[in-house]
Amino acid sequence: MSAQEFFQRVHGLDAALLERVLAEALARGGDSADVYVEYRRHTSVHLEETLLKETGESVALGAGIRVVAGEETGYAYTNELTLDALLGAARTASAIARGGKTAAMNLTPRDVPARYSAEEPPADGAWAQKSAFVRAADAAARAADPRVREVSATWNDEWRHLLIATSVGELVADTLPLFTFSVSVVAEDNGNRQAGLPVRQAGWKNRGLRAGIEAFSIQEAEALAREAVAQATTLLEAAEAPAGEMPVVLAPGTSGVLLHESVGHPLEADANRKKLSVFSGRLGETVATELCTVVDDATLPRLRGSLNVDGEGTVPLEPTVLIERGVLRAYLQDRLSARLMGLQPTGNGRRQDYTAIPIPRMTNTFLAAGTDDPEQILRSVERGIYCKAFSGGQVEPAAGRFTFSMHEAYLIENGRITRPVRGATLIGSGTDILQNIVAVGHDLVMDTGAWVCGKGGQGAAVGVGTPTVKIARMTVGGRR
Amino acid sequence: MRAMEQLAERWVERARAAGAEEAEVMVHESTHLVCQVRQGATEMLTEATSRSLQLRVFLDQRVARASSSDLRESTLESLVRGAVGRARLASPDDCAGLPQEFPAPPPPESLGLFDPEAAALAAEEGLRLARETERIGLSLDARVGNSGGAGCHRGRGQVWLANSRGFAGSYRATSLSLSLYLLGADGASHEQVSDYWYSATRTRAGLESPETIARTTVERVQRHFGARKVATQEAPVVFEPLAAAELLSDLFGAVTGEAVHLRRSFLAGALGELVAAEGVTIVDDGLMPGGLGTRPFDREGVAAQRTPVFENGVLRNYLCGTYSARRLGRKSTGNGTGNGEAPSNFFLAAGPYAPEAILGSVARGLYVTRLLGQGVNLVTGDYSRGAFGLWIEDGRFAYPVHEITISGNLRAMLAGMEMVGSDLEFRDQFAAPTVKIAVMTVAGT
Repeated sequence: MSAQEFFQRVHGLDAALLERVLAEALARGGDSADVYVEYRRHTSVHLEETLLKETGESVALGAGIRVVAGEETGYAYTNELTLDALLGAARTASAIARGGKTAAMNLTPRDVPARYSAEEPPADGAWAQKSAFVRAADAAARAADPRVREVSATWNDEWRHLLIATSVGELVADTLPLFTFSVSVVAEDNGNRQAGLPVRQAGWKNRGLRAGIEAFSIQEAEALAREAVAQATTLLEAAEAPAGEMPVVLAPGTSGVLLHESVGHPLEADANRKKLSVFSGRLGETVATELCTVVDDATLPRLRGSLNVDGEGTVPLEPTVLIERGVLRAYLQDRLSARLMGLQPTGNGRRQDYTAIPIPRMTNTFLAAGTDDPEQILRSVERGIYCKAFSGGQVEPAAGRFTFSMHEAYLIENGRITRPVRGATLIGSGTDILQNIVAVGHDLVMDTGAWVCGKGGQGAAVGVGTPTVKIARMTVGGRR
Repeated sequence: MRAMEQLAERWVERARAAGAEEAEVMVHESTHLVCQVRQGATEMLTEATSRSLQLRVFLDQRVARASSSDLRESTLESLVRGAVGRARLASPDDCAGLPQEFPAPPPPESLGLFDPEAAALAAEEGLRLARETERIGLSLDARVGNSGGAGCHRGRGQVWLANSRGFAGSYRATSLSLSLYLLGADGASHEQVSDYWYSATRTRAGLESPETIARTTVERVQRHFGARKVATQEAPVVFEPLAAAELLSDLFGAVTGEAVHLRRSFLAGALGELVAAEGVTIVDDGLMPGGLGTRPFDREGVAAQRTPVFENGVLRNYLCGTYSARRLGRKSTGNGTGNGEAPSNFFLAAGPYAPEAILGSVARGLYVTRLLGQGVNLVTGDYSRGAFGLWIEDGRFAYPVHEITISGNLRAMLAGMEMVGSDLEFRDQFAAPTVKIAVMTVAGT
């Protein structure tokens, strides 16, 4: 059953009813209104200490109604999909509206592409298969190295039907799968004790895709577990990270989190419209070296941030070139900011769920491949840091200061990776970093890690990617 | 309201009837009002009520959980049956299960959780407070001329918890916050600097005035004009209360029973040891009247208590829920979530030093005002975070600094907390006064 059929048959939400709700939302004035209806099923299986600790299942159901008048947004939501509850929410949302007359148009279903499977999860929950994944990861991690002391593995998936009706007559439905598999290990070195305790280190790996259980396997669970063990045991040997400014080389894939923080967030249209970003008013200016082309692309198949439609019904989605050979070309737009800035929406209006309004967000954001040879890039560094895995980042967009935290990194000495260093935070400013990207490899990798981006209290699944990149100079927050 | 209480008890019975040996149901209802204002105009007004039900069932020492925001009979029935059926998938675990005893929790009325005046705060008043806060903020200094907005948030909610061991409890609570985010640039450097300030309380009377929030925000922005990097060096680091509270929130993850029994804490095995400096007393207090983390009982129905975590530097207790307490041979401290632990009011107790005296003791060092990013590894205690702040020379603020990191190891940082300030105040579940750490690495140029 498609999302549209589901809401119509199970909840009685047909076009006529949604038109009534939109009309109520605009009854006191306002420029536009939309209704976002969502049904979400989530399951989880968690293992730790070799025990399958628990399984979980949850259901979320609700609708959010938005009224926009000029720069003002009124919003209300409800867990009940009855006509009365929806009309009540529409009236609450319309509290900001005054005067003006906008009639809601008749709803017409819009075509939505199919970039991911909309297949309903197995009726039996596929619990046996999910349990097998976490058990396989546990066994593989413990078999990989005797120093492994703790293993935890978690499967999470969700399956979401959504239906969006707008006062300009769009009726858009989509069904989104999403899964995350995480494995985390603690390794202990009894031969190396500090403060009377053995030295311990953690390693973790995860996988997340806009796909269902069919896109994952026991073999992948085992491979991720072995990678997590390799990370933890490598870190057992790690020296203190250096402190101060030095060249930094980013490994392909997960290092895309650097672009996400340093460039992606500061290019969100809401921050730029309000002049809260270091990139405000700079469209058309050169903001990066010529080597930098940064793209946000929801149309890539099956990645975390892949979408058929954004959170306010914009379809079809297209890739957005944010920076083209160093020149700032576009911001990440939702409908509100695009209208207020007199620019086109880019389909980046995303929302966490029915309790939240759409805001400009990234989808899959990456630095496009360059032409440099990754080996040559390493060879060009006399003393610096090679970053392989990250635990996240944060940005303060006003001045563009951002951090990202390396979890697995190595020292580069005389053009070669020599030894591992302990985790540390890197800090820089977005504008400086873009001017300091001096080499971009030809080896673009879109990461398949389970990244969650936070903004304004809303979480969103995103994809990141980058080729091997050399940053001439960045502050490394180690201790040596 | 009676209907919601019955809902919790009824679904405990239904889970038992479906085959669960033990069952626990929590029902939650909350109403939110969010008033956001920018440049004098309303930016967003949200008002909504939501409900949810959360369930745990136990069978042969195995657990399964379920939750839903769809409270219709058919949905809940299917989730309950599913959970009972799934419980057999879990491994038997003799530590799994509901708490055995439920000492009477304190009466909710004694805890100052609910303020009728806060509960009744209307959208017009929320918008007025936010508008007034922003208006004053933008009127104080021509250099501080842009606003990220002011917000007023009102929450009121009620929780009902029931389980098959006969526990049934409920409490209601209110929360109010008022916040402002401002940006500025001075003539000398055209770089924008920004900062925020906020007040968060359970009562209308406790909320700081628009004037106070506006003035504090502006002062916080002003002090960052002309910031620069400093040379990489080892130096004493003073955390101002807001930054110190973040340090407490990082530390919390290392004192939970779960982190300890899973060896994911650098403090595992250190109970009874003098880990921190002698002036360090850290407490988790679920009973503090009016506290934002105060509640009569935890998510498992265990009565709230006041737990000393560090006493004069000695690690005295881990914070446990029922499961981790059984694993560690300890008692639940009323921090259980049914799935790990959550803080109540977790704070560094006030020490003897005036903040000025702490500042005065530093010949050359860093005063941290804001932290950025993650960078805390609780397994090893390694700590490395981005920072903004003020450079201290000869006991006085010399100039603002940015784009630097501070790093160290939490164990050494605890041991190095050589001066704890007298200026403790509660703005969050995590709180701390000004605190000085003897030495950390500051990385800059």
